[in-house]
Amino acid sequence: MRSKIMTGAAFIAVAALALTGCSADTDGTSTAAGGLSIDVPDIPMIEELGEMESEVNIVAWSGFVEPAWSDEFTEETGCTVNRRVAGTSDEMVQLMRTGDYDLVSASGDASLRLIAGGDVQPINLDLVPNFGDDIVEGMKGQIYDTINGQSYGVPIGRGANILQYNSDVVTEEPTSWDVAWEADSPYAGEIIAYDAPIYIADAAVYLMAHEPDLGITNPYALDQDQLDAAIDLLKQQNKIVSEYWADPAAQITSFAGGTTSLGTSWEILRKLTDDDKFKSVLPEEGSTGWSDAWMIAAESESPNCAYAWVDYTSAADVNGAIATNFGMAPANAAFCDTSDEAAAHCEYFNATDEEYFSNVWFWTTPIEQCIDGRTDVTCTNFQQWTDAWLSVKS
Amino acid sequence: MNRRAQLSALLALPMLWLIGIYIFSLVMLLVTAFWVTDPFTSKVKPGFTLRNFEQIIANPAYASTSLRTLGIALAVTVLSILISVPLGIFMAKVASPKLRAILAVAITLPLWAGYLVKILAMRITFTEEGFFNSMLGPLGISGPGFSIVTVVLTLTYLWLPYMAVPVYTAIRQLPPNLFDASSDLGAGAGFTIRTVVLPLIRPAIIAGSIFTFSLSLGDYIAAKFVGGSTQMIGSIIASNINLNPPIAAAFSLVPIAFVVIYLVSVQRTGALERM
Repeated sequence: MRSKIMTGAAFIAVAALALTGCSADTDGTSTAAGGLSIDVPDIPMIEELGEMESEVNIVAWSGFVEPAWSDEFTEETGCTVNRRVAGTSDEMVQLMRTGDYDLVSASGDASLRLIAGGDVQPINLDLVPNFGDDIVEGMKGQIYDTINGQSYGVPIGRGANILQYNSDVVTEEPTSWDVAWEADSPYAGEIIAYDAPIYIADAAVYLMAHEPDLGITNPYALDQDQLDAAIDLLKQQNKIVSEYWADPAAQITSFAGGTTSLGTSWEILRKLTDDDKFKSVLPEEGSTGWSDAWMIAAESESPNCAYAWVDYTSAADVNGAIATNFGMAPANAAFCDTSDEAAAHCEYFNATDEEYFSNVWFWTTPIEQCIDGRTDVTCTNFQQWTDAWLSVKS
Repeated sequence: MNRRAQLSALLALPMLWLIGIYIFSLVMLLVTAFWVTDPFTSKVKPGFTLRNFEQIIANPAYASTSLRTLGIALAVTVLSILISVPLGIFMAKVASPKLRAILAVAITLPLWAGYLVKILAMRITFTEEGFFNSMLGPLGISGPGFSIVTVVLTLTYLWLPYMAVPVYTAIRQLPPNLFDASSDLGAGAGFTIRTVVLPLIRPAIIAGSIFTFSLSLGDYIAAKFVGGSTQMIGSIIASNINLNPPIAAAFSLVPIAFVVIYLVSVQRTGALERM
């Protein structure tokens, strides 16, 4: 499996080559991301900051914008923070298109759509001094927030979609996702799956390891045949599924109530069960995951406050506070050295363990251009994924 | 002239509501169904395409989900009738005034609780280690878990008052002498219910069924929380509403069509006029 860091690095290299006029074809290794130059609306990047405005409107995941750190920000800058919590990436995209918001904490499956849709502006990293060497390697210049060599997002944190299991029922630690996918799983009828089209990528990750003949090298770059194979696997799983979850509370009660013995989860949800019998593992096939970044609206009315917020929350302590509150690996590794508690948090969420995250495929919007570098086929886009997803449960 | 002014003043608010809110939003929905979505950015652009409808016909998931939802809505309606009629007869004709008052409160009380709270209560009841299994487990009975059966039970629980109240009111209004006459002529209780009560309360049953049927048809939260892998029309619309609003709009015409067909067939029986 190709490392995600390498993909990112190769991508930056290609972008640099493209800028200097060299053909990407000359570099054999760069085909990974060589095909990915997306037509992006030309939105100017801010060169320097000016006077602070009076407020900043933020669309964020629950737990990203809390008075514990936003009050201090308001005190320092004079920008009043108005928060709007969104439940899904799709909702975030829609909210950003209303033009009422300056900032969004976009996950990888939302960010490409926002960039290509001209909804967010390029970010001038020089104006974000806290975005420095301490930002963990795996979150710099990723495909979902850096397009054509231009950065559009400032990373907040990341996490993996892990395999959670009830150790009372699943007595032996699973090493593979096969217990969640195969029809003859001993836990058939007690398996929980994620309820969103992006979950197709989880099937693709499994196929990547178990059906190498399909030739999947990136779970977000599936041609029609590969998508069909993933859907077939999902249909097979549908027969052994106890529930699908989109609502975190429903997932927790499903495990706690005994309906579910194992299935896809987030570290934070496992912690919230508050019961040691629930354990988690990153199986050998790897997994999907999410990586969030601040993005600034193209038509932002308060760009200065927005930049100030991005910079403020990239500082080690604030970034760490968000990561601790939400239960994810912080983007700013400097947080891990601030206290023993912080170190324990980083250890638990594998914050600086790039090897751990090299097995994690962060959510990215599937597009027609194959992001694995293939040019002889057309890949399936997210609309096709959404449509295919419906047939899984019917 | 003055009368006319009075009349328009009287109708201004309801008409504004009906046309401005109801009709306008329905028309907008219909129009959106023909718009286009950018496959990459999921931005909606006004235009005219029939692709959304083609997609709904081409993908069998839409048809099977529609039929399943129709089945669920009909099952909820039938179950509500089966519960409401005997209950209504008992309350109106058998129970003492005190018991009647208690039952009336008991039926309407759930309406006072939040919709989501009730669904989550059903979720806790039917979870593997929940109330249902722990009560009936010792008898060797295990619950339906999270399945289509649980969805039907939950929706019946939610919408039963809308059926039970009109049915009870209708039975209560039946003149007692009809029952006397029926029994004087030698009819038993079952025969009286079949030939006297049911025909007379049919409009009430139909009125109640319009509620239980159309409310069930549009629901998706129940499927989400107690349905396990059950997918309903609403689930598909909800999952598309952000990604592809035109196809969600196109698909929402299906439940509208179901309700219209239902109303038209009910209207043919003449029941609406007596409602």
